[in-house]
Amino acid sequence: MPTVIDNTRPKSDARSAVSAAARAKGKGGPEGQLYKPRQPIYPKLVHGKWRAVKWALLIFTLAVYYITPWIRWHRPDGFPQQAALVDFTGRRFYFFDIQLWPQEVYIFTGLLVMAALALFLVTALFGRLWCGYACPQTVWTDLYIVVERLFEGDRNARMRLDAAPLSFDKIWRKTGKHLVWLGIAFGTGGAWIFYFHDAPNLIRTFWTGDAPITAYASCFLLTCTTYIFAGWMREQVCTYMCPWPRIQGAMLDDHSLQVTYLAYRGETRGPHKKGQSWEGRGDCIDCHQCVVVCPMGIDIRDGAQMECINCGLCVDACDEMMIKVGRPTGLIAYDSDYVVAARSKGEKAVYKPIRSRTIYYALAMSVVGGLTLWSLVTRPKADLSVIRDRNPIFVRMHDGAVRDGYTLKIGNRTFEPRTFDITFEGVPGARLSQPGQTGRTVSVVVPADQVAPLRVFVTAPPDLEGERPASVPGRFVIRSGDVRAETKTVFLSGAANPQ
Amino acid sequence: MAHEKDTDEVTGVDTTGHEWDGIKELDNPLPRWWLWVWYASIAWSIGYWILMPAWPGIHGYTKGLLHQSDRVEVSKQLTALDIKRGEGAAQLRTASLEQIEKDPKLNAYAQQVGQSVFGDNCATCHGIGGTGGKGYANLRDDVWLWGGKLEDIQYTITHGVRTGADGARMSMMPAFGRDEMLQPAQIDDLTEYVVKLSNRPADAAAVARAQPLFEAQCSACHGVEGKGMVELGAPNLTDADWLYGADRTAIRGQIFSGNGGVMPTWQGRLSPETIKALAVYIHSNAGGQ
Repeated sequence: MPTVIDNTRPKSDARSAVSAAARAKGKGGPEGQLYKPRQPIYPKLVHGKWRAVKWALLIFTLAVYYITPWIRWHRPDGFPQQAALVDFTGRRFYFFDIQLWPQEVYIFTGLLVMAALALFLVTALFGRLWCGYACPQTVWTDLYIVVERLFEGDRNARMRLDAAPLSFDKIWRKTGKHLVWLGIAFGTGGAWIFYFHDAPNLIRTFWTGDAPITAYASCFLLTCTTYIFAGWMREQVCTYMCPWPRIQGAMLDDHSLQVTYLAYRGETRGPHKKGQSWEGRGDCIDCHQCVVVCPMGIDIRDGAQMECINCGLCVDACDEMMIKVGRPTGLIAYDSDYVVAARSKGEKAVYKPIRSRTIYYALAMSVVGGLTLWSLVTRPKADLSVIRDRNPIFVRMHDGAVRDGYTLKIGNRTFEPRTFDITFEGVPGARLSQPGQTGRTVSVVVPADQVAPLRVFVTAPPDLEGERPASVPGRFVIRSGDVRAETKTVFLSGAANPQ
Repeated sequence: MAHEKDTDEVTGVDTTGHEWDGIKELDNPLPRWWLWVWYASIAWSIGYWILMPAWPGIHGYTKGLLHQSDRVEVSKQLTALDIKRGEGAAQLRTASLEQIEKDPKLNAYAQQVGQSVFGDNCATCHGIGGTGGKGYANLRDDVWLWGGKLEDIQYTITHGVRTGADGARMSMMPAFGRDEMLQPAQIDDLTEYVVKLSNRPADAAAVARAQPLFEAQCSACHGVEGKGMVELGAPNLTDADWLYGADRTAIRGQIFSGNGGVMPTWQGRLSPETIKALAVYIHSNAGGQ
């Protein structure tokens, strides 16, 4: 069957050819042109295994993103009923049964560190899978290309349309595409703000004009960035703006699986006619299908390169062609440099997923993950912070007793109001006092899920003063049923009695 | 600028002609979007010059079409703050001192007001922490010359001490020595007596000599047992608190010259609600009475 050979696509040295052409136009003289024009990229629709995985992940990730804020979750009255909520005004983060306070942001930090390590591990094992399958830039660009195809057709039709003079047909296709793009962008911005407010409430107030200004601003901002990044900038975001392509080299080694062109098998490349012998030549028929499907506009046959997001669409395109011409698939495949090098010499080699690097990453991940989980599970249900008075540091009473003042902040992390009993340990015979209360123990009611500040005085009796050093270590203990917290502090009694 | 044209072999890109330790700088063009952002920034800054105050001149500065002024903004915010504070002040006016102290929200507000007013008006004498000093009462302990209940404190702040104003707290320790009401030897004996009152070792003979003297001269205000009288502002001489010093020299000096400090009348200088907040602040920081 006839092979489609696309001559409209510039060859892999297109960039320098174009810049040379632009230079020749004489815009900037011998210094070169003022800016680098973007190479338009018209990725062609491809079918195959990896494309199917990409479709599945596209639907899955977008579904998670759009649906999550709409999941309801039962909490006591007066608390948000939304499963996933970042409550800025209440300064709480809710995620199903987990509720975090601002000072517990370290748990979130632990999650981020784990996510980073997971990214390192996946990259060391399978190359840039994140870039190719899960990155929002990739997912939304993919979605935008679907819309583009719907209005303007596939690669060749799109190229013809762009080259054609302005006509009614061109105008409505372009306008329709941009309107749908903007609609998706708006939906994206809208979905994002639902993570920060009660979703059913917000969707109503958003249209009545009663939503907070931050909701409108965030929605507008995300609409703009989605539309510009996924519609207009696409691969330029990855190439120019994203730091990850520059960093990933540190995670990759000879054993990492990457989309690789098996040059030893493909070269010497060239067109191939049906019936011709395959003797003395490579399997690559130079059909450029791997190039035309690439959303990054690169030629994988040039080897691993910074722009490659490892998405595997060229693998699908090449396999399809190999089947058509009756050669084994896998000329472009997820493979490691180590295996490819061995095979090119006729040796047998197996992919090695377990290496010191992957062990380190996995180990670090489980340590950080374990610590994060441990601190999440064992975090106390009550918080106690103690600020001791510094002016005065102590007060001598009429009978020679010494009194220190403290400000306690008692946080009740449970969903019901609690009465906390407060004691001070470390100074024998010490008494606590608080307006209206005095004794070995004072009590305070802290409302559900709140912090109550409390002034407490600790008075040490005078008869012990001769024996007491100027500074005594002590601690405040708060108890409410099985909920308990304590914080160390010092009791200062100053110099010896001056009398 | 002019330099010999040099093209990098590997990339086919011209160099700028700059070279550092054998490393040459490629003359890659900027991405177009980058350039657009730059142009947009320039356009923005021109718009900013026109709309906002931007250029200094000899007799002022350009005002800009929007007439934006931070000074006006600040005064607007201050006015808004005054209105907002008005609500708190109204609550302080109507609530009783006990109610203020019991209501967590109102108490917190009173503490804030009290702290700042204390720092501005009271700290000069009583210290920023309220611990006073020699001749200036400690407001953090449990000794109160004029009473330590909320109303007592409010009264003392409102009317002051020894200002001569109507209602001002008034007490007068006589200057027994300076005014020659007692002989120096009698003052020495009384000093020993006062030391003995506060449970410290003293000359027994002198104490015995001073006993009738104390009862005749001092007990009218300080009481027969020397425990003082809050109604008269007379200090308790048996405790560990000494406004003018605890040692013999200080005690003798006080009997000799009878010092008494003055505290201003704050009525008319501070609003009634501010005085209320101040009273609550002082009361709670002294542990209440």
